[in-house]
Amino acid sequence: MKPIRHLLAAIGLSFVLSPAHAGQVEVLHWWTSGGEAKAMGVLKEMMEEQGHTWKDFAVAGGGGEAAMTVLKTRAVSGNPPAAAQIKGHDIQEWAKLGFLTNLDDVAKEEKWDQVLPPIVSDIMKYEGHYVAVPVNVHRVNWLWVNPDVFKKVGVEVPHTWDEFFEVADKIKAAGIIPLAHGGQAWQDATVFEAVALAELGPKDYTAAFVNHDMDVLSGPKMVEALTKFHKIRDYIDPNAVGRDWNVATKMVINGDAAMQIMGDWAKGEFTAADKVAGKDYECVPAPGTEGSFTFNIDSLAMFKLNNEANEKAQMDLARTILRPKFQTIFNKAKGSIPVRTDVDMASFDDCAKASMKAFKATAENGGLVPSMAHGMATTSAVQGQIFDVITNFFNTKDADPEATAKQLASAVQSAL
Amino acid sequence: MAHSGVVSETTSQPARGRLTQRLQQWLPKLALAPTAAMALVGIYGFMFWTGVLSFTGSTFLPSYEFVGFDQYVRLFGNARWLTACTNLAIFGFLFIFCCLAIGCFLAILLDQRIRNEGVIRTIYLYPLALSMIVTGTVWQWILNPSLGLEKLMHDWGWTSFQFDWLTNPNMVIYTIVIAAVWQASGFVMALFLAGLRGIDPAIINAARVDGASLPRIYLRIVLPSMRPVFFSSVMVLAHIAIKSFDLVMAMTSGGPGYASDLPAMFMYSFTFTRGQMGLGAASSIMMLAMLLAILVPYLYSELRGQRNG
Repeated sequence: MKPIRHLLAAIGLSFVLSPAHAGQVEVLHWWTSGGEAKAMGVLKEMMEEQGHTWKDFAVAGGGGEAAMTVLKTRAVSGNPPAAAQIKGHDIQEWAKLGFLTNLDDVAKEEKWDQVLPPIVSDIMKYEGHYVAVPVNVHRVNWLWVNPDVFKKVGVEVPHTWDEFFEVADKIKAAGIIPLAHGGQAWQDATVFEAVALAELGPKDYTAAFVNHDMDVLSGPKMVEALTKFHKIRDYIDPNAVGRDWNVATKMVINGDAAMQIMGDWAKGEFTAADKVAGKDYECVPAPGTEGSFTFNIDSLAMFKLNNEANEKAQMDLARTILRPKFQTIFNKAKGSIPVRTDVDMASFDDCAKASMKAFKATAENGGLVPSMAHGMATTSAVQGQIFDVITNFFNTKDADPEATAKQLASAVQSAL
Repeated sequence: MAHSGVVSETTSQPARGRLTQRLQQWLPKLALAPTAAMALVGIYGFMFWTGVLSFTGSTFLPSYEFVGFDQYVRLFGNARWLTACTNLAIFGFLFIFCCLAIGCFLAILLDQRIRNEGVIRTIYLYPLALSMIVTGTVWQWILNPSLGLEKLMHDWGWTSFQFDWLTNPNMVIYTIVIAAVWQASGFVMALFLAGLRGIDPAIINAARVDGASLPRIYLRIVLPSMRPVFFSSVMVLAHIAIKSFDLVMAMTSGGPGYASDLPAMFMYSFTFTRGQMGLGAASSIMMLAMLLAILVPYLYSELRGQRNG
């Protein structure tokens, strides 16, 4: 009897309360693929349970480029959605233009400062105020390994770049492609970032890609990183040009290639092929980056609205996103890990558990660094300049690392 | 309105006549007004706006903080822009030249009153029916060393065959020329064929009587009289070349690295993905300048020639 009475009371209450605060949340995003769309469906349900209406504003295509164009039009015409999928440095740019709202009240209520690592919450804040909500954390510096190939060739999984080149030579001699790669600028940058992190260490990595220290950018360690990065060319197949990352992942799944350096969204491809982590494939930190964690965080930035009920709904959305329940459901579908460090990881797979462990550890010891290749470290202008230099260097046969390091510094300087 | 119409019909015939006359005078202007207004705003208005933006420090939204010629200085200090311009020069020249040469040659062959001309003409013209995206994707498959021509030759036993232009940064721009020429030369052929058919057979017969050989007739008499066709072909091809975007996007997306980048792709990437609208605007103004630099002298000489001749 009691549950029914509770239910009736709840229904009665919702009738009384809903006119008072039923708002609409419009969310612009490009999470449109199978698992992601399902995860967003959960968020929709959770918002509707709170009496709000959900207006889905999904714009697929171009890795968010199409969505950004729509968002700019809407924002300039004074009719922005409640929330939009904006990440990394772009949050600062939108906030600087005065489009984003202040989430400090919700943040204080929900104790965001306690559950988020400071390096993450800094990205979500503009001038000390929360303007965006993090949704998930991807680790970028993963090495995806096909253990069957390693067994067949009789080598161990590499942990440093020197080991990597040694092992890769043997794999190549056995007629297998050592590293699956797609020759697109962002993939080149993803691999470069892993090499640079190993060579520079987290401190100098941050100095180079976050603070743009010219001495580090053109320094001897960077030259060494570029030299190693260029050497990787010998271990990818010549047809990598323009290949999509998931095609490269399939090469690892099929055993055509031994390894791939890619963020943990690659896990989705393994899962779709019915492969199990730890058995059919392994995820280890990219060589030389064991103690570090390159993060790529998706977030929803909240826009200023001029309707009180909608504002209320927007605050409830912000609150709901960071609640452990949504964090768990969404991140299991997306292959990432929760951004809160206090979520129970028992139901996640091995790679996610390892990722969470590293996330917590590196948040303490300073090994947690923003990914340059995924727009976390710097503005899109600087990132674009780095991409140009890196991809041109990687695709030029006899490129000079020393000259390229200088070029890298001047390219970054020109975009500051 | 209906009421006044009835009144004017029954009472004052001359007034109605004047009204229709005036309407007739105004109607063409009225009908053209929306088009003219749209062209004025949509083409010249936005051209002007882009020009203004190119002098500002606009990042990912337009701002009006003027920085003088800074964006142009940055543009010409950008290695990728210089690559894009070099590529455009190579691509534009080879594309226009090859299309004209192949199109003209095919048209002359077809002009020899051969059998099944209609079928052959349709086959040559068909590539134009495909969008550039399809052309780009198909040629990417054909030229991809692990998928297309090279693999076919290897499978047939010619293992030393190598054709890896698509993955070679120094040669990749030529693969785009191949695909674009394949697509557009049929169209040029159609233009030339129409021109050839328009030539008075009496002139050719007269030349025959005078004992001129066939190549000589074409070289000295037919082709020179086809100047207007050359003119329109170059106009059409030049603007296809400068605005090319979809073909490169589908074939190489600018790669390897940015070796096959073209100015249109540069503009798109800086304006819309990298949040550097000022620099993007500067690059589009430079593209406009390139187009004008080629077309204005050409238009001028052609149109003046027509007026005098």
